[in-house]
Amino acid sequence: MSIANKKITAFLGLQSLVLCTLIVLAFIFMVLFDIFYKGIGVLSWDFIFNIPRKGMTEGGIYPALAGTVMVTIITAVFSIPVGVAAAVYLNEYAKENMLTKILRASIRNLAGVPSIIYGLFGVALFVEALHLGSSVVSSGLTLGLMTLPYIITSTEEALRSVPHSHREGALALGATKWEAIKTIVLPSAIPGITTGSILGLSRAAGETAPILFTGVTFYLRFPPDTLNSEFMALPYHLYILATQHHAIEQVRPLAYGTALVLLLLIIILNIIAFIIRKKYTKELVK
Amino acid sequence: MGYFTIIVLLGILYLLFSNTLKAFVSIPASSFFNIYWNPSAHGEPSYGLLQLLWSSVLVTVVAMAIAIPLGVGVAVFLSEIASRRLRGIIKPIIEILAGVPSVAIGFIGIVLIGPFIAKTFGLSNGFNALNGAILLAFMSLPTIVSVSEDALRSVPQSFREASYALGGNKWVSILKVVLPAAGSGIIAACILGFGRAIGETMTVLMVTGNATAMPDSLFDPVRTLTATIAIELGEVPFDSPHYYALFVLGLLLFIISLFINFLSEWVASKFRYKI
Repeated sequence: MSIANKKITAFLGLQSLVLCTLIVLAFIFMVLFDIFYKGIGVLSWDFIFNIPRKGMTEGGIYPALAGTVMVTIITAVFSIPVGVAAAVYLNEYAKENMLTKILRASIRNLAGVPSIIYGLFGVALFVEALHLGSSVVSSGLTLGLMTLPYIITSTEEALRSVPHSHREGALALGATKWEAIKTIVLPSAIPGITTGSILGLSRAAGETAPILFTGVTFYLRFPPDTLNSEFMALPYHLYILATQHHAIEQVRPLAYGTALVLLLLIIILNIIAFIIRKKYTKELVK
Repeated sequence: MGYFTIIVLLGILYLLFSNTLKAFVSIPASSFFNIYWNPSAHGEPSYGLLQLLWSSVLVTVVAMAIAIPLGVGVAVFLSEIASRRLRGIIKPIIEILAGVPSVAIGFIGIVLIGPFIAKTFGLSNGFNALNGAILLAFMSLPTIVSVSEDALRSVPQSFREASYALGGNKWVSILKVVLPAAGSGIIAACILGFGRAIGETMTVLMVTGNATAMPDSLFDPVRTLTATIAIELGEVPFDSPHYYALFVLGLLLFIISLFINFLSEWVASKFRYKI
C-alpha cells in the first residue's frame, strides 16, 4: 500500500468509528425526542391525578402511577434488607473458599436471567405455591428477586471501598466485629448502597414481564388498597395502550403521555442516584 | 443470609424442572422436537418448539449483526479517539439507553421503526423480525459498549506506543494491536449482548407480529420463546399440559442464559493476557 492509500484508509477507518457513535446517539435522541415532543402536550396534573375514563380513551393514569409506586416500595422493602445482608455476609464474614465462589457465580448468573423467567418463577412460587394469588405483593416479591443480584453487587462494591484501616481502628478500640460493621463500615458505605438500590429499583419500576402474570391488571379505578389486590402499573398500561386497546390510534396521545411519565420517573430516579454518587465522591476527595 | 441467592437460583431451577417434568408426564418428550407450536389446537395439540427457537435465534442473530459493529465501533471511539470530556458526555447518554424500559423501546418500534420499515420496503405493516432485531440491537448496545470499552482501556498504553514507534498510524494500531489485545473482552461483551437480546420479552412481543409460523425471511412476523410465554401464560388454565409446556420453554431459556453467562466468563478469563 502506498503512503497515500494508508492515509486514506486510516482516515476512513477513524471516521467510521465516529459514524457508529453518531448513529447510536441519533437513535437515543430520536427515542427521547419523540416521547418528549409528543407526550408533553398530554402531560397535566389532571392526567397524572385522574383515573382513566371512557374505556381508557380519556382521563389520566393515577391508578397506574400509584400501582407502580406501591409495587416498587414492596420490592424495596424486600430486596434492600436481604440484598444488603447478603452482601455484608459475603464481603465481611465469608471465607474465600469454593462455596463463596459458587455463591458469587450464582449471583452473577441471576443477574443475567431474562426477566420473563422471573415472571414464570413468580407464578409458580408466589402465586401458586405460596397461595399469595395474583396480587401486588406477588409482583413486588418477584421484582424483588430480580433486583436482588443488582443490590448485592453494588453493596459489595460499596463495602469493598471502605478502607481496611477503618475496620481495624474500630476493632482496636475494642469493638466486636458486628459493632465495627454496624457503626463504622455500614455508615460509610451508605451512599454507595443507596445509589445501587435506587438504580436497581428504577429498573424494577420499568419492568413488565415479571408482573405480567403475578398481579398486574389492565383496568382499575383506584390504586390497590390491600397487599392482596391486583394493581395497575405504568409499563403495563403503556403496553395495553400501545398494543391491546380497541381504539389504538385514538389513544396514541395517552400512550405517549404514559411513556413520558414512565421515562421521567426513571430519569428522576437516575438523577437522584447520580447526585448522591457525585456528592459522595467529592467528600472522599476532600 | 448470603446463601439466600443460591437458594433462589436452586429454587428457580427446582420449580422450572419440577414443572417441566409435569409437562413430560402428559406430553411425550419427542413432541417438543417438532417444528410447530400449537398447544391450543382442537383434537391434536402440538408442542414443537423448533419454530419458536428458530425465531428467537433469527431475531437475535440479526440484532447482533447490527449491534456488534456499532457497539464495538462506539467502544473504540470512546477509548481511543474521544477526549476525556467527550467521553464523560457520551457515556452517560448511552447509559440512559440502558435505563429506558423495554416497553418504551417497544412503543418506539410501533410508532417509528414499524412505519419506517413498512414504507421503505413497501409492506402492509412493519411488525416483523427485522423490527424486533433493530430494537434488540439498540437494547443490547449499552452492554456491548461498556464491557468492550473496559476491555479496550485495560490494554496497556505501551502497546499503542510500540505500534506508533514501528511506524503504525492510529488506525493500523487500533486494528492490529489494540483490538486483538482486547479481543477476549470484546468477544465476552458480544456474548453478553446476545444473552440480553435473546431473553428480552416485551419489545419483541410488541413489534414482531407474533405469528406462529416458520419465518422464511426477515419481513415475516415471528414469535420468539419469550413472547410465547408472555402471550400464553395468562390464558392457560393452571395445571394443564399447556401450562407445564410453557415451563419447558422457560427452562430452555434459563439454560441458554446460564450457558451464555458461563461462556462469556470463560472466554474473558481463558484468553486474558495471552497476547
